Amino acid sequence: MDGLLALYIFMLAAFTGYEIIAKVPVILHTPLMSGSNFVHGVVVVGAMIALGHAETPLEQAIGFFAVALGAANAAGGYVVTERMLGMFKKKEGTQ
Amino acid sequence: MTAPFYVQGAWFVGAALFIFGLKGMSSPASARRGIVIAGYGMLIAIAATFLVPGLHNLGLIALALVLGGGAAWISGQKVKMTDMPQMVAIYNGMGGGAAAAIAAIEFARGDAHGLVTTTLAVLGALIGAVSFTGSCVAWAKLQGVLRKAYRLPAQNAVNVTLAAVAIGLGLSMIALAPAQPQLIIGFFVVALVLGLIVTLPIGGADMPVVISLFNAFTGLAVGFEGYVLGNPALIIAGIVVGAAGTLLTQLMAKAMNRPLSNILFTPMVASGPGEAISGTMKEVGAIDAAAMMRYASKVIIVPGYGMAVAHAQHKVWEMTELLEEAGVEVKFAIHPVAGRMPGHMNVLLAEAGVPYDKIFDLEEINGEFGQADVALVIGANDVVNPSARTDKASPIYGMPILDADKAQNVIVIKRGKGTGYSGVENALFYTDNCRMLYGDAQPMAGEIIQQLKSMT
Repeated sequence: MDGLLALYIFMLAAFTGYEIIAKVPVILHTPLMSGSNFVHGVVVVGAMIALGHAETPLEQAIGFFAVALGAANAAGGYVVTERMLGMFKKKEGTQ
Repeated sequence: MTAPFYVQGAWFVGAALFIFGLKGMSSPASARRGIVIAGYGMLIAIAATFLVPGLHNLGLIALALVLGGGAAWISGQKVKMTDMPQMVAIYNGMGGGAAAAIAAIEFARGDAHGLVTTTLAVLGALIGAVSFTGSCVAWAKLQGVLRKAYRLPAQNAVNVTLAAVAIGLGLSMIALAPAQPQLIIGFFVVALVLGLIVTLPIGGADMPVVISLFNAFTGLAVGFEGYVLGNPALIIAGIVVGAAGTLLTQLMAKAMNRPLSNILFTPMVASGPGEAISGTMKEVGAIDAAAMMRYASKVIIVPGYGMAVAHAQHKVWEMTELLEEAGVEVKFAIHPVAGRMPGHMNVLLAEAGVPYDKIFDLEEINGEFGQADVALVIGANDVVNPSARTDKASPIYGMPILDADKAQNVIVIKRGKGTGYSGVENALFYTDNCRMLYGDAQPMAGEIIQQLKSMT
């Protein structure tokens, strides 16, 4: 990828991340940390590509490890966040 | 590595949904919708990746997805709400490990070319590996597997040396690309050990900040590896999380009045003899505690980590409802760093069914302690220690605290006479208006409930 273009993406993404968090009430800090933990689970996509291009058994083994870890990050991050936020939802419904 | 436009498009949609989702999560009303939106983004991104042309090992990929994802899905469903912080830590560490592993494959294949690409690959690998082992230690500490803080002699020197060696090996990998296998292995071993050694001496009280920091680390690692793989979705998601996580980490460190460098490099010990604490700790029984609250007009409850480990939140809410039936005004005061993650107490109280409008932040409620008849401190310690206001030698000096000591009476439910996570004596426990109720928070709340019921 064009190095300079990537630099722009870095800059804008960093700004976006900063803005999203800047005005969050304290009660959502834990769910949001958990939610952002889920989002970087997208590393599984990179791991899938890396394993998809792996040739030697060693590369395959590391790639398998990477996909499994990435998938765990994504799945676990989702479940935990969803459960936490689900409790907030329930409260609102009863009020 | 070019993917066809429909795959690129799907990744783009995925990245956009992540940002919408995170944005949704920043307000309570739309928070749950936010995570679901981000979840769809993830499904789309993963499904589209199967369509990348020339991908081998599809069976292995599917198997790893099912095994890793399935195991995490089940464990995530089973875990108790009180144990959430360590689960976030371990899932986060896995993401860091995945990012480091991606870099390992790139190096093993000699695929990383060019100064920028190799540099970012090395950086991502280093950060990801540190986040991986560091998060595992954080998990072990919060889970209670590792109980004490292990400090090496000359810990800081060891940290700095290890970090320097890791960076040196990383630099030579950049200079010598494609690097020798021994060099690559050595680099990863040192990076993994660095994560362990840096995290081991950090105490449980500082863990929320550390988990948040590692969360930001993993984000950055993912973003850097995204660049190496030429995948903008990874870059955007990773860097957004990296930036958000960094800010969140700063907010937390600020709430504790502990600069990040202190948390990482200095243990929490008193810097010289603190102010002498006069007075004695006075014990009280559940009957008297119940009576004091039953005939009060206003009670403020200060929950802390002790409530979480005892799983006492449901009992505490039951007790609150009884008090309210008796005409007592009850409010909850939450310190920003109560528990093991910011907002941890809010999540637990929400689980028990405590409505939002009874839960107050430090700034909102601190003025009200003066009018409260009873402040009930449940398993909290450092966040109500008045030494933070007055004792310059105290390691927690300057940390904003809840002014529980200003209430007419203070009742502290506490397991034993020991100090809090910071290891600091709490002057509050020795004041004249403070009574100690020794015991585990759940049975104690249960006893108070029994007493309250017998008083009606």
